[in-house]
Parts: sequence; structure tokens; C-alpha cells
Amino acid sequence: MTTTPYRWVLPGTPSLGVVAPRAGAGAGPAGSAVPPDEAARRAVAGVLAELSSGDHRGVVVDSPPGAGKSTLVVRAAGELARAGEPLIVVAQTNEQVDDLIDRLAQAEPDLPIGRLSANDYTASERVRHYSTVRVAAKVADLGGSSVIIGTAAKWAMVPEGRWPWAIVDEAYQMRSDALLRVAGRFDRALFVGDPGQLDPFSTVETERWVGLTWDPMQSAVAALLRHNPELPVHRLPVSWRLPASAAPVVAEAFYPFTGFSAGTTEAQRSLSFTTAGLGGGPVDEALELAASTGWALYELPARHTLRTDAEAAAACARLALRLLERGAVAVSERDPAGRPVTADRIAIGAAHRDQVAAIRSQLGPAGAGITVDTANRLQGREYDVTIVLHPLSGRRDATAFHLEAGRLCVLTSRHRHACVVVARAGIAELLDAHPSTEPVHLNVPVKFPDGWEANQAMLARLAAHRTTAR
Amino acid sequence: MSTLVALARAEAVAAGFAQRTTTVRHLHVAARPLVFVPLSMAGEANAPLAALVGTDPAAPRLLVVPQPRNRDQRFRFAAELAEVLLPYLDSFRGVAEAVPVNRGKEIRHRYVDAPQVLVPNPAGIQFTRLLGRSTRFRRTDGDYPVHPSVPLLGRWLTFLADRAEHPGSCLLLAMTEALTLHWATGQSPLEDNHLAALLAWIDPPDGLTGAEAAARAEDPLTWPPAGPLTDPTFDNEVLAPLIAAYAEAGDDPGRQARAREALAEALRGQLAPTWRLMWRGLALLRDLPPGARVAQRWAEDRDAFTGFASYLDEGGHPQPRRDGAVVAAQRLHRLERALQSYAVQRAYDDPLVMADYRLTGEAFVGEVTLADPNRIDDSGRRRVLRPRIMLRTTDPVQVTPGTAVYSPDRPQQKARVVLVTPRPDGTGTDVVLELTGGLGRALTPAPGSVPEVGERVCYTTLSDGFMPPGEFPAREETPWTHGGPPTADEEAVEPTAEDALEEWE
Repeated sequence: MTTTPYRWVLPGTPSLGVVAPRAGAGAGPAGSAVPPDEAARRAVAGVLAELSSGDHRGVVVDSPPGAGKSTLVVRAAGELARAGEPLIVVAQTNEQVDDLIDRLAQAEPDLPIGRLSANDYTASERVRHYSTVRVAAKVADLGGSSVIIGTAAKWAMVPEGRWPWAIVDEAYQMRSDALLRVAGRFDRALFVGDPGQLDPFSTVETERWVGLTWDPMQSAVAALLRHNPELPVHRLPVSWRLPASAAPVVAEAFYPFTGFSAGTTEAQRSLSFTTAGLGGGPVDEALELAASTGWALYELPARHTLRTDAEAAAACARLALRLLERGAVAVSERDPAGRPVTADRIAIGAAHRDQVAAIRSQLGPAGAGITVDTANRLQGREYDVTIVLHPLSGRRDATAFHLEAGRLCVLTSRHRHACVVVARAGIAELLDAHPSTEPVHLNVPVKFPDGWEANQAMLARLAAHRTTAR
Repeated sequence: MSTLVALARAEAVAAGFAQRTTTVRHLHVAARPLVFVPLSMAGEANAPLAALVGTDPAAPRLLVVPQPRNRDQRFRFAAELAEVLLPYLDSFRGVAEAVPVNRGKEIRHRYVDAPQVLVPNPAGIQFTRLLGRSTRFRRTDGDYPVHPSVPLLGRWLTFLADRAEHPGSCLLLAMTEALTLHWATGQSPLEDNHLAALLAWIDPPDGLTGAEAAARAEDPLTWPPAGPLTDPTFDNEVLAPLIAAYAEAGDDPGRQARAREALAEALRGQLAPTWRLMWRGLALLRDLPPGARVAQRWAEDRDAFTGFASYLDEGGHPQPRRDGAVVAAQRLHRLERALQSYAVQRAYDDPLVMADYRLTGEAFVGEVTLADPNRIDDSGRRRVLRPRIMLRTTDPVQVTPGTAVYSPDRPQQKARVVLVTPRPDGTGTDVVLELTGGLGRALTPAPGSVPEVGERVCYTTLSDGFMPPGEFPAREETPWTHGGPPTADEEAVEPTAEDALEEWE
């Protein structure tokens, strides 16, 4: 097996990448002597100080998976609103809007909040039970609200009004053209997001705009920074979600220049089973390996398959169901006494919708509560245990879609305890046969990490946690 | 490639002939299209070498550039092309129809017909785009003046090439794309770009299978490449000596004319086979019955043509070199909307296209087993007609209760999924739907508006409904996040004297 990844650019090489580190911002690098909660506190304080100083029209905060992005948004919104600055919040999906409202209303019980929504939106339970939250389809009907929250699509329909401040949440998921449509609504803005997530995409050919600084296919943050390179970029240094076993792996593969560390120690998190594995064979081996080390690679025999590989789908389903049968219990800083890993704490992730459907049909009624979804839809979500159908499993080729670093990053960074990757053998050889062949365009910033390299790095780490299916 | 197209390709291999992937034609084919087969010179970026162009299959006009490296001759080529293309475009500006807009409060006009330009392949569209780019900023005075028709030609070519990116538009079409939209061959999509091989699979000569005919079409002597790039052997052995002979003729008019004639004959030989293939392809497309929504999309094309013609009448400047931030975002928005509605319309027009959505669970076809057309819902403030039907389907149903679905047969009507019940004996699924809209005004449904028991109906989550256009800031109000207002390169402005000096290779 040739799984030693090599780097084309040494870590720390500056300025080639648009997401490369910038001087004078962010907390210290991962692994510094500062305790995690202190490092995180300092980073948040730095962001808030920068906001209140008013030196810049925009402040960008890069947040690795589970680094307290929402907490930061809620705190920043609270502080700006308390300072008497009317404020809008732009999120990307209705789900995210409801989440934010729920957290903000809880943190700031006296703050009048407005939810801008489509005409056919019916308020979800968690929004309705706050008396401080008003829901309306027009800004005019949200008069007394200090904070107005809506999706980017909804804000794009608001033709007038200008607020001193905006917070743009999940700004790396937002397309540059979506930002263009809402940017007239605010003077200054805080942009928060995870640079390791999936890039925005379009169904049409967009080559025409490649190389332009306002290429509508970039993320909102990329466009913003290309036009305003002087804006400060902060970084949240600690992941509270990823366990100590996963943070260094994910950081090395997907955040090679900036890194981050785990907020918890190995001793604080553990996964155990209430029943012994009898007759489960490799499935139990994989689960036990995942429970003890945080990772497992459940490897099926090498074979070229259809996208909806029935054996792989069945393996994903079996692993998830077995986890339920074995009565897994997760101990963490939140639940020091342990909490059962129920179906709603398990997710299965895949690259394509038809794979999701195939896995779902294999799960049957016993696994009804288990989340099965594509990487795009799993963005921003969190589970105790995830099972991932590797995007390259059983493929003959490695296309840009399947190599995209963001896809693998989302899939392998949703878990608090353990992640089991299901794959056909031979991915390393497939990668070696398909080096990145994406054309390089003039005036397009090189994007890091490279998907091919990230895949190699991830695979090299997983190789040590392999269980071979028989 | 969808599952059904993959299947059709496999069947084409097995049968030896191309297989239809649609039941109807999803393109408009004009009554009087203009066919344009351009050739460019190898090694020179988009340097025109020759073209066959015209609307009469029996009388194409041959344009030749004897020395493609010569700027003046290139612009003469552009002027000659304009002599054919501009009168053709103008010929559609006779009769206009009135179209009510803004709910009938205003009226706008659009021409009853529009031009249609056909090139052999996507590279031909690219050639058109680049020729437009190189000619639209030319000036007719100052240094390097060109014929007044040249910059106008450039604007039209740019318009056509821009419009070709618009999903469902038929003003400028590549023949290979038009054919592969309707047929699947047993060769790779890359090989389908060779017009001769593609047509061999679809319509082989008597006594040959498509596969055999396609193998013969690989011989560049009988079937020269459809351009714009020429066959390298032809370049070396025929073209290079002829261009050299023309250069050696110098100022001797007799020798020059003979050299030019020899060159023209050689190039005609390269172009004529493709010219014939273009008209054969056109005839094959004409034979297909058009889809129901093709005319609607052609009306949009006519609108675009009318709009651009009046823009030029008002002295419109050439299209800017590149899109500004707002223009790019608006264009992307328009293209995405067009792509979505084109996909939905094709599925609505064509059961074979819809079948693909049935495989993925986004559509299902079934027989109505129960119908309650007069059902009244009186749970709200007002009594309303809400008929329900139940249908039985053997398709994989992926929709969940509460989902809105639509039927291509009754596009004005919306149905809401009430219940999805797999039949216990495994013979399919029962789906209960509640219908709203398109029922007439009374509390009893208009005749035919509710599917009857025994009727086979199709329901899908794809909606052909109106999508409101997005709102964008004005160009001059481009926000600070996107670099502020656009510069001259992103605005349509009068070309300057410097533009004439621009290298246009």
C-alpha cells in the first residue's frame, strides 16, 4: 500500500492560498500551552473587541467543526444589540435560522427578536414558545425587534432598509452572488463560517466568470476578502465537538495551515457497550475498534460497483443497527454518568442521494430514527457516532466531485465519539491512478487543502484502524 | 448520464444502431435556418481559414482567407460573413406581434419569427463567440479601420454565442448536441462530437449497421473533421503548399487568382461533406414531432432577438469585455432558472424523459382506483372543494405525506400527498392525493378536471410553475463586498481608439 501522503507546499507557506493564515489575527496555533477554554475565550474576546472598535467594515471568523461558532454568533448578536446597534442576521437555511433564534432567545430573554420568513412558513415549535420572538414576512411588521434574523434567500427579497450591523452565519456555504444581493442592507458585518465545508455549486456552466474577483461561484468570504484584503480574519482554535482522537486527524488533513485542537481530553470521552458482541464478527470488531480508538475503517473486498453498491449500503446499515443492539453508552463532559447512544445520536453519511436512499431501505423500520443524509445536508450537524460511506468506495475513477476535500471533511467531522468509514479496498490505488487534474486558471487563488492530498492523508490515518469484512 | 440514457447506449451497442432517448423533439427547428460551417487555421488562435455559409442547401457561399495570418484578410472574411449573416438576421425583422404584459396593462412587440444559426459542434459555437469578441470592438475610422458591417457582425455573433449558453434556447445550435439530445449511440460521448460518426450511428447507409458506418466515418479523406480545426495531414500536404503558392504569387493578379482558386477548391472539398451532413441532421430533426412546450421556449428566443435588435437600433454599444459583479450574478440566476424550467418542461412534454424521474422516485405513474370528485373541506372558515383520488402505482414512491405534486396532464392543478401505503401483497403502492386548483369556480368540479377511476395519470414533484425573478442591486450600486461600481471593461461603452490597436488573436 502506498499511503504516505506528501505535501506540495510546506505547512505554513504563506499567501498562496486564499485561506492561508493572516498575520495579526487569531489565537495561537493548535497545541500551544494555553488551556483550551482559555484559548477559546481569548479568541472570542478578540473578535468582540474588533467588532466594537469599528476599525473595519468586516470581520471574518473561521471556525473549524464544532468550535463554538453558534455560541460566538449568539454572543456577538447579544453584545451588538445591547450596545443599541440595530442588527440583522443572515443565515443560509430555515433550519439554521430556527436554531439561532432558539439559542439567542434563551441567552437573551429580554431581547426582542424578529424572524423574517416566507409567506408559507409556519413557525416551528422551538421558535413559537418564546414571547420575545415575532414572525413576519415583511420587515415593516417587525418594527420593535432589536435583531432580525432570516435566510439569505429571504433577505435578498428585501428591497430597502439599511442596518448598521449584520452577522452572516455559515458564510462559506453562501455563494458570492447571494452576498451581493444582501450586502446593500448593512454597513458593517461579521462573517462566520467553516472554511473546510463544501464549496457552493451551480448546475450551470460557470467557466465564463472564472478568474474574476466577483466570480459568483466563490464563497461569500472568498469574494469579500478578494475585494477587501485588509479585513481581519480570526480563528476559533478549539473544537468542542471532535474528540481528542479526531481533532488532530481532521486538522492535519483539512486545516493544514491553521490547525485546531480538541477541547476535551481522551479521559473525558468514552464509548462503551452494555452487551458483549457475540457472533457479530467483523462488524463487532469494527465497532469495538471505533469505541476504543475513535476511528474504524470497515473494508469490503475490492470491487468496482454501481454507485448504489448494495453490499456497502448493507454494511452501513448493519453497523448502525448493531450499534443500537449493543446498547452503546457515551460518556462525555456533558454526561459524565453516561448517556445511551440512541438512534437520533447516530448518522450515516454518503456522497449521493441515491446512496442515501439505498442505505435507508437497508435500515428498515428498526433504524427509523437514524439520520441518513448526504454530506451537503449534514453540514453543521452533530452526532455521537457517524458511519460514513466513503465517496470513493467501489469507483473506477476519482472525479473532482468525489475528491472534494470539503465532502470528506464534512463526513468525517460530525461525530463526538467515533466515526466508522465503510469502503471497498483499493481506494489508495485509485487515488494514485487519478492525481488531481483540475485545470489551473489565471487569477484564481489556489485552494487548500487539495482534495487529493486530503483524501490520502485521511486514508493513511484510517489504515491503522482497518477491519476486513469477511 | 441518466440511467435510461446509459441503458439506451447499451442497447445501441447491442443493436448496432442509435436509439431514441425521447419521444418528441425538444428543440425548435426553424423553417429557414442558416448553416455555418467554419474552419480555423491550426496553430493560430481562432484565425478564420474558410467557411461554408448559407440558407440554401444547394447553394452555400464559400468564404476563404488565403493568408490567415494577415489581419486585413481576416477582417475581410468578417465583412464577407456579414454580407450573408446580417441580411439573414434582418429578414426576420418584418412582422411583429403584440404581446400583453403586466397583466394586459401594457403591450410589447416581438417578431413572429427569429433567426436560427446551426454550427456542426460546440467548438463551432466557441469559434462564433471568439470571432464576435475579436470584431465587436473594431472601429471604422482611425487606425486599422474596418468595414462598418464588421463591428455590427461582432455584436450579433456575441449575442448569439451568449444566448447559446441559455438552456433551451435555439437561436444558435450545435448539430452534434441537437442530435445527442434525442439519440443515444453506441460510442462514447467524446466520439459523438464527430458529426459524421454520430450521423452514421443514427442514419447509416443501406446495408451497414451504425457501428460499421461509424467506423468508416473515421477516415478523414471521405469525412474530413467538421471543424473548426482541420485534419493535420490535410494541413501539411495540401493546405501549406497552397498557402505558400498564394504567397509566392506576390502581386501578379493572374497567378494570385489561380492560387486563390486552387485553395478555395481544396477548402471546399474539406467543407462540403460536413455541409451535407448538417442538412441531413436537420432533416432528421425535422422528422421528429415537436414537444408541446417547444413553441413557448421559441417565443422567449424571439423575445431575446427582438430585444437585442432594438438595442442595436438605439445605437447599442458592444457588449463589455467581461461581466461586472451584478451582471454576472444576474446572468447566473437567469441561467439556473432556465435550466430548471427546461428540465421540467422536457419531462412534462415527454414520457420517456419523465421515466428517468420515475426511476429516482421524483415521479410516479398509476391508475386511479378511487375518486371522490365532490369532496368538500369545511374545516376552515369557508367551504372549499378539495377532491381526493387514490391511485395505485408500481413505481418506487419516494414522496412523503404533505409533499406537493403536479401532473403534466393538468399543470394548473396542485395535488398534496395525503397517504402513501405500500400494498401488503407487494403489488405496488396506494397513494391518496388531495387536489386544489384548476377545478373551476363552483363547489362541483369542472368536467374533466378531476382524474376518473381507471385513468392513468402521472404525478411528479417537478413544478413548471412561475418562479419570481430575483432582485439585484443596480450596477452602479455594486456593494463594497464586491469591489464597488464596475469599470469601463464591464460596461457597454463606445469603443476607444485604443481598442483598434488591441491584438485580437
